[in-house]
Amino acid sequence: MHIHRLEKVWLAIGIAMLFVFLGVIGISAFALGTQPPSEHHHMIDPTKVKEIAPFDQPGIHQVGRKEYEAVIISFAFGYTTGPKEQPVMKVPAGSTVHFTVTSTDVVHGFEIPGTNVNMMLVPGEVSQVTHTFKEKGEYLILCNEYCGIAHEAMMTKIIVE
Amino acid sequence: MKQGFIRQLDPKDGALVMAHILFAFFALLLGGIAGMLQSVVRGGMYTLPGGIGYYQLLTAHGILMAIVFTTYFIIGFLYSGIARTMGGALLPMTRRLGWAGFALMTGGGLVVLAMILLDKASVLYTFYAPMKAAPQFYFGLAFVVIGSWLSGFGIFYQYRDWRKTHRGKLSPLFGFMAVVTMLLWQIATIGVAIEVIVQLIPWSVGWTETVNVMLSRTLFWYFGHPLVYFWLLPTYICWYVIIPEIIGGKIYSDALARLSFILLLLFSIPVGFHHQLMEPGVSPLWKYIQVVLTFMVVIPSLMTAFSLFATFEQNGRLKGAKGLFGWLKVLPWKDVRFFAPFMGMLAFIPAGAGGIVNASNQMNAVVHNTLWVTGHFHLTVATSVALTFFGITYWLIPVITGRVLTKRVNKLGIIQTVLWLVGMLFMSGSMHTVGLLGSPRRTAYTTYQDHTDAILWMPYHVAMAIGGIILFVALVLMIINVVALLRAPKGETLYPLGKSSAPEEATPRFLERWGVWISLVVLLILFAYTIPVMDMLGPDTYGAPGYKTW
Repeated sequence: MHIHRLEKVWLAIGIAMLFVFLGVIGISAFALGTQPPSEHHHMIDPTKVKEIAPFDQPGIHQVGRKEYEAVIISFAFGYTTGPKEQPVMKVPAGSTVHFTVTSTDVVHGFEIPGTNVNMMLVPGEVSQVTHTFKEKGEYLILCNEYCGIAHEAMMTKIIVE
Repeated sequence: MKQGFIRQLDPKDGALVMAHILFAFFALLLGGIAGMLQSVVRGGMYTLPGGIGYYQLLTAHGILMAIVFTTYFIIGFLYSGIARTMGGALLPMTRRLGWAGFALMTGGGLVVLAMILLDKASVLYTFYAPMKAAPQFYFGLAFVVIGSWLSGFGIFYQYRDWRKTHRGKLSPLFGFMAVVTMLLWQIATIGVAIEVIVQLIPWSVGWTETVNVMLSRTLFWYFGHPLVYFWLLPTYICWYVIIPEIIGGKIYSDALARLSFILLLLFSIPVGFHHQLMEPGVSPLWKYIQVVLTFMVVIPSLMTAFSLFATFEQNGRLKGAKGLFGWLKVLPWKDVRFFAPFMGMLAFIPAGAGGIVNASNQMNAVVHNTLWVTGHFHLTVATSVALTFFGITYWLIPVITGRVLTKRVNKLGIIQTVLWLVGMLFMSGSMHTVGLLGSPRRTAYTTYQDHTDAILWMPYHVAMAIGGIILFVALVLMIINVVALLRAPKGETLYPLGKSSAPEEATPRFLERWGVWISLVVLLILFAYTIPVMDMLGPDTYGAPGYKTW
């Protein structure tokens, strides 16, 4: 099969760039730890979520200095982010928050615009992502996977003070 | 006009091709109405009357455009090409399989459409479990898939017969590419067929209580990614085989064209996880492995880009073009059969770059499920693929009906292409931008309780609506052009098939060793999927009951 000299050059440059690129995302994922939300963290019966720890106590819990765990239950069409007496999540600026989220019904999304927090919530699985909120503000948390008639109303907030 | 010309296609074959093409445009019109309405609803400019749901329209738009328009057009185009290049007419068996496929797909498709209109299946075209549509919806989908298999078998049958009667000869390039396209389709649809028939039908009917959600998503995306290559390969057939003839040139290299198709076949299936990068239940290692396999399609894509522009340059220089870019001037810019597909090629440059962004493993978090993704596939399938299919229509309908493309329709075609591009610039451009800002896809009008972020997205949503309206005008013009083609003056139109610039011996025969290629595809699929799927089938997994949330 005859391949023109210029085409060989073109392909060589393209393929070399491709492997450099794959190397960069591979190193960033496996050596530097910026991995996409993955794994079976643990599996959970989606019909009994509210009885199983940690989802029996949803809300934001301090686990260290400026470090929090946010346990959130998603449902059509909202998120449970705390007990009735303190439903809104608040953290001080500079806090690192570990989000632990699952769904009690259909597939939902979990996205905080302006950050890299973006993951799928699949019934039966627990999704986890970590983010450090450096700046103050009212961060919007929205469902970005179609989940039914009022999908566009499915949202919550996290307030960084 | 020449009298007593010979038709380029047997009228019986023409009828089969025409049935597919016209049904495709019927779906395009319906899907376009839905799409235009969605864009104005999302822009906050209009509220749907009579209890029509935004998500109901979105389901209809996705299925009509991504499944019906594309599949019917592709099967019609491929049948016309194999009839023309492999024997001059379809074999009776091929024709029967073609009609049987058409009947099953149409029957199933109409049931699916009815369920959507009755609001019993507003589950979008990805129908993610555990949202549960009416059983008829899934049965309809199964018939669409099985119908398309019969159409594929027809193409394989014609090809096998040609090989038997032409021993030792190289198969026509169009026929070879048609076989690769349908082979990719048959292997890919096995995934969605298992999902629908083994998982979703028994569950929606009530024979099983719960469904394994991760498995259903994995089976869907095993099919969902090669689906986009199923749209792209026929587009490439036009670019590789048809366009050289239209510009009066030669195919740059028959061998490299075939090699790129084989590479696309190998690397378009074991890659579905790059649609599932942001979800739990799959380990980061297997995600990364499939990302690497995904990126291998860069190689045939670079080969294709080189070949196409080499054809243009070679042809230009033969016509005496001088200088580095002189060959651009001699291209037939005023011929819509070239202009529309060429604009599709240009759109594929940013579209392909955007695709690389999407598949970039952890960086997918920036764009996942935002309007960026919607903007991406409106550049790929709704611009590169759609404009190429429109370009094909301007000669394919005249070839079938024994008519000619008039100057007037040609001009309208150019205007149609430009309008389409302008509309897409507005719509896809704003989708890409606002997606980067975080605006989610597949979401009706909302300001998220007047959150500042969401308010700032609004101007882009309005620009999307302006684009949507321009695109709808362009779509109506396309339908007018199709009708005009059906009523064009009688005359002879040649089927534009390019010839290779190299002799037949230059193409190595191993490219047609199907056993080898299919085995390699199967091995790659087994490698990429066995361990993660075993993991999903593990003893600790919980099924989910179904919900109707719309």
